Amino acid sequence: MNRIDQKFMALRKANKKAFIPYITAGDPDLAVTEQLVLALEKAGADIIELGVPFSDPMADGPVIQAASFRALEKGTNLRQILDLVGRIRRVSDVPIALMSYYNPVFHFGDQAFAAAASAAGVDGVIIPDLPVDEADVLRREAAAKGLAVIFFMAPTTPPARMQAIADAATGFIYYVAVAGVTGARRAEASDIAQKLRQIKQVTDKPVCVGFGVSTPAQAQEIARGADGVIVGSALVRLIHEHAGQADLGAHVGNFAAALAAAVH
Amino acid sequence: MNFPDKNGHYGQFGGRFVPETLMALLIDLEAEFKKARKDPAFRKEFDFYLRTYAGRPTMLYAAERLSRHLKTLKVYLKREDLLHTGAHKVNNTLGQILIARRMGKKRIIAETGAGQHGVATATVCALFGLTCVIYMGAEDIKRQSLNVVRMRLLGATVVPVESGTKTLKDAMNEAIRDWVTNVSDTFYLIGTVAGPHPYPWMVREFQSVIGHEARRQFLSKEKRLPDYLVACVGGGSNAMGLFHAFYKDAPVRMVGVEAAGHGIDTPFHAAALGKGSPGVLHGCKSALLQDDNGQVMPAHSISAGLDYPGVGPEHAYYKESGRAVYAAVTDNEALDAARLLARTEGIIPALESAHALAYLSTLAAKVKGKKSVIVCLSGRGDKDMGTIKDLLFP
Repeated sequence: MNRIDQKFMALRKANKKAFIPYITAGDPDLAVTEQLVLALEKAGADIIELGVPFSDPMADGPVIQAASFRALEKGTNLRQILDLVGRIRRVSDVPIALMSYYNPVFHFGDQAFAAAASAAGVDGVIIPDLPVDEADVLRREAAAKGLAVIFFMAPTTPPARMQAIADAATGFIYYVAVAGVTGARRAEASDIAQKLRQIKQVTDKPVCVGFGVSTPAQAQEIARGADGVIVGSALVRLIHEHAGQADLGAHVGNFAAALAAAVH
Repeated sequence: MNFPDKNGHYGQFGGRFVPETLMALLIDLEAEFKKARKDPAFRKEFDFYLRTYAGRPTMLYAAERLSRHLKTLKVYLKREDLLHTGAHKVNNTLGQILIARRMGKKRIIAETGAGQHGVATATVCALFGLTCVIYMGAEDIKRQSLNVVRMRLLGATVVPVESGTKTLKDAMNEAIRDWVTNVSDTFYLIGTVAGPHPYPWMVREFQSVIGHEARRQFLSKEKRLPDYLVACVGGGSNAMGLFHAFYKDAPVRMVGVEAAGHGIDTPFHAAALGKGSPGVLHGCKSALLQDDNGQVMPAHSISAGLDYPGVGPEHAYYKESGRAVYAAVTDNEALDAARLLARTEGIIPALESAHALAYLSTLAAKVKGKKSVIVCLSGRGDKDMGTIKDLLFP
């Protein structure tokens, strides 16, 4: 069984919600990313979303865009990130989902990617510009390797699409809290709760909420109606502010611990 | 088979590679466009503005002095440069603004590289009293300051884009970010036959007026079809507009001309079809300039309108299926061709269109006997005088 599925089973049994931090791999560099993944796990992260930097991150706001460009300037690429996951797997079983735009995956080859990711110990993949309508090939290859393909639902998704997405999704469903890019504006818990109830009517797969979640208080409120909460830009900003400093791990660990406690 | 298929694919290319937030809107837009194109009232309205506002039909001009110079070619120029705003872009902006009005959208956004599509968008927004926001790379704003003034004079807000390479592709990223954020009231008016379905199809349909007119005009003058069609390809809207009407005329050969920049074997070109590989950018799968890791590479061309690392998916399909061939000419060859047309015909072409003209000497050397060719003169050269001055008359 996939580590993500195991995690949600365990969380459900304990009546807990998943805290899912996002960080951009290679910002400030891959060695630090490796330490940060382990620090996040220690702080209580249930699943780590590891961002693959891309030259044209059209679904991201300024914070993750900038992180992406810094990582690319360091020469970070998908193969190195898979190697990084392989190294993490020697010491940790924390579930890891890669967040990548489709082109790096497509260029790698859907089949080759699914094989390499699975061999490295990646558990799932999140591709913001690959709607379910275009994902047949990746879904097939990922399924063959036990890799989860996590699809998005948005405030604009009509009920008929909700069903199709829910049917296709493995691992969990990523609900985009606000129409917009990552980190841009605050998600309102009341709007989200209503939509989550609709989604829950069409599926019993886990639904996690991301985009516009930046504080423990907000995460706690959103977690009530969801199976998990994803926090990205706020963490990425913190990492950038303390990059190169000795206390980076402590800052990230403290913030992540506060978020984890709020979500759990 | 008529492309695109129901999911917006042209063979392996095209599709809708966008955030889920936009999917419902794209499906609505496709439905609205399907309805509109069958609606006589819409067609009448579009035709009305093309005739009375844009200045259609444009002439098909027999370029006799240029033909004599080239010896083996009889060249006809499809004079899109004579349209209002100075290029073919307005065919598409008029079509899309009418769709936006039907959908009740009040706010129009667009990306622009050289500023031509931005100006054509600002123009139709002024015509219909709609709010207009244009995203333009900070580098392009510096290079094309007069077009920025034109857009502002027309009432548009021009937003400088400071991310990435600060050029057209980044302007398109930023426009998509705005769109995803303001999806309920905003219409994204894409300037070329790229982006997610239904845009490549919709823009092709609006630009096809070029080819339908040219075909009719050529038949009436020559009582036969042309041997060749030649057009420049950045995103590829003027080329697709010309080519598509001749798709089923098997003997008519089509040549799309990309920008080879400093040279097709240097890193400084924009030949996505010539040198790229299949990839996904800005909502569609097509040919793309990218590195070994699937990161998009910056393009280069003297002509800002061709300076884009991707290309419309239907061109990628035309290339793959062999229906069209694609060549590339350098910055210098384009400059020479601009000078040649100016001095043989008294017509100053846009540097984009000059790429199509530059291919004619290659074609002239290749053909056997005398052949006829329609070149899409997609735009006029006024906007390029700064570049021309720096390079030819420093």
